Amino acid sequence: MKNLIALLLLSLSFGVVASESIELQKANIDLSNNASLQRGAKHFVTYCLGCHSIKHIRYLRIALDIDVDPKKVLKDIAPEGANIYDQMHSAMNAHDAEKWFGTQPPDLSLIARSRGADWLYSYLKSYYIDPKSPRGVNNLIFEDTAMPNPLWQLQGEQHAEPRKNIWGHEYTNLVLKEPGTLSEGEFEIFVNDLVNFLVYVGEPVQLERQRLGKYVLFFILMFLVLAYLLKKEYWKNIH
Amino acid sequence: MKRNRVTECNDWFLERFPLTKLWNEHMAHYYAPKNFNFWYFFGSLALLVLVNQILTGIFLTMNYKPDAKLAFDSVEYIMRDVNWGWLIRYMHSTGSSAFFIVVYLHMFRGLLYGSFKHPRELVWIFGMLLFVALMAEAFMGYLLPWGQMSYWGAQVIISLFSAIPVIGDDLSLWLRGDYVVSDATLNRFFAFHVIAVPLALVMLVFLHIVALHEVGSNNPDGIEIKDSKDPWGHPVDGIPFHPYYTVKDLVGVGVFMLFFATVIFYIPEMGGYFLEPANFIPADPMKTPEHIAPVWYFTPFYAILRAIPDKFAGVIGMGGAIVVLFLLPWLDRSPVKSIRYRGGIYKKALMLFVISFIALGYLGTQPATPTATIVARFFTAIYFGFFLLMPLYTRWEKTKPVPKRLTTIHSLEEQLPALIEEITQIKQGSTEIGHAAFKSSFFAIRPNPKGIRNLISRLAKNAKGSLD
Repeated sequence: MKNLIALLLLSLSFGVVASESIELQKANIDLSNNASLQRGAKHFVTYCLGCHSIKHIRYLRIALDIDVDPKKVLKDIAPEGANIYDQMHSAMNAHDAEKWFGTQPPDLSLIARSRGADWLYSYLKSYYIDPKSPRGVNNLIFEDTAMPNPLWQLQGEQHAEPRKNIWGHEYTNLVLKEPGTLSEGEFEIFVNDLVNFLVYVGEPVQLERQRLGKYVLFFILMFLVLAYLLKKEYWKNIH
Repeated sequence: MKRNRVTECNDWFLERFPLTKLWNEHMAHYYAPKNFNFWYFFGSLALLVLVNQILTGIFLTMNYKPDAKLAFDSVEYIMRDVNWGWLIRYMHSTGSSAFFIVVYLHMFRGLLYGSFKHPRELVWIFGMLLFVALMAEAFMGYLLPWGQMSYWGAQVIISLFSAIPVIGDDLSLWLRGDYVVSDATLNRFFAFHVIAVPLALVMLVFLHIVALHEVGSNNPDGIEIKDSKDPWGHPVDGIPFHPYYTVKDLVGVGVFMLFFATVIFYIPEMGGYFLEPANFIPADPMKTPEHIAPVWYFTPFYAILRAIPDKFAGVIGMGGAIVVLFLLPWLDRSPVKSIRYRGGIYKKALMLFVISFIALGYLGTQPATPTATIVARFFTAIYFGFFLLMPLYTRWEKTKPVPKRLTTIHSLEEQLPALIEEITQIKQGSTEIGHAAFKSSFFAIRPNPKGIRNLISRLAKNAKGSLD
């Protein structure tokens, strides 16, 4: 047991060394952009749901929140055979996943809350060809990630090139060698839509919460004014 | 006729229960000093937050599942599928941080005005027991969402008990109910979090208030208002708690709720301090997170633990940092209570203590690099120095004469008109715009550089003088 504590305390002290120091690219998150969220949902079902569940959300909730007719969600977004009340489960069996990837693809319901939007955006854009890796690709943001690049057809092939900046610091630059089916700008929008959708899925109530907040704060402010006047009235003879 | 029935019922009840007596003793005829300032809001606010935690907690337990397989998902179920579940959950999670903010400020008030000194030692002891119970409550509650940080935080803290010689390993095994944090641990923490500790908290709050009302409240001047009474036996400088402080505390409640609601509705994660990003990943006993840190309110004590090189000594140090607070009434040898009449040494010592507490809190959230550890040791020394050297410096220092009656300090609100007059001047003959509406003197007000300079230098002098 003492060894365990020592190990834990040790992992506390040196844990930070493992974290990457690459600057993240900024995702443009706008949850009021329903068109972007719809595209993101569609992209997620096409490119991610094969392996990753987002089991904490239902198709109906998405339909209501991003203002699409439930029938249209089933037709355009959800996979064949899904029910509108279903949670978004992946069809992949956990046992197979373990065999194929060495790990189970995590549920992504809360990935935007644990990793952050910018991390996801940068991660999805930072795959490069790496012959040394078992999957042939690697990622700048998440070294030796178990996930192959699901978007390679869209993005094309990136290669890593070591560079030096004007101060002589070495860094890795990703260069697009083989273009994909999308142009660079289109791909950026594609990834941004996907990340926008994941941020929404992380906390579907976000917009509602902020909308309500205004009324709550206004109400409390009114209460505060009344309470202050009441106090002043009661205290006017106390010196 | 109907009204008589109601009166009869009232009388029936009041003949059998001392409600009037209780109300008068603790509210309507409880005399509190009339000069309470900003720092005196936090007692009633702590009570408000306790009520908030209990009420929201009841609703959370209706949908939460204390089961290692279901706990994480049930919290997300509350956040998404339970009507208003997100609001209840955020009120509870924000409330826990708010509780510590309010309680730390409440305790700091005690340090400022010597509220722990004779005759209020027992009030302080009950308060410290409340603080310990609150820490236990928060620690156990933090395991319940069953995220990575919940799990590994509990793992680290429970393992600390195994550093105790001889019985350590068995003790930590007994606490966890398993060799690692597991379903058994989650279940017992749930039981403690929702029943045992809240009961203790409520009982301690009762004792804290009864003990306080027996001796009466302290005040910013640190003098006993009971020493000067009017012919009817009421303290001259006292006012009934109800209605005066009930209406005043309502203003405090309003301001507090403004901040509280802003966090709940706009920044519930508070940049990862109230809800940590790693806790949105389900607990995984096979994967240790890169960086384990407790929630912000424990970090000062956690930093002390890490600062001490020996494991067991670290645990003693962390415990000692809390135990030493219990001894405060007997460590302080100053003849005066309030910081207003203490000498300069206590003021500077208190300032250093506050700096060290905040610095330790920050360091506790950061990885323990060698430099950070040395800095943490330095601040740990100051933390303990403040308490352990207190018997010496409070006896040496020269105190100021304490007045017999409460002093009045004009509130900012009363001072404001004079201040505005000092820093502005009326510009004569500024009639560039001829319209009658602009002729009012309001439009002729200009800042007065000389007045502003005077004010700043006076403020600086006051600030410097207040440290002597």
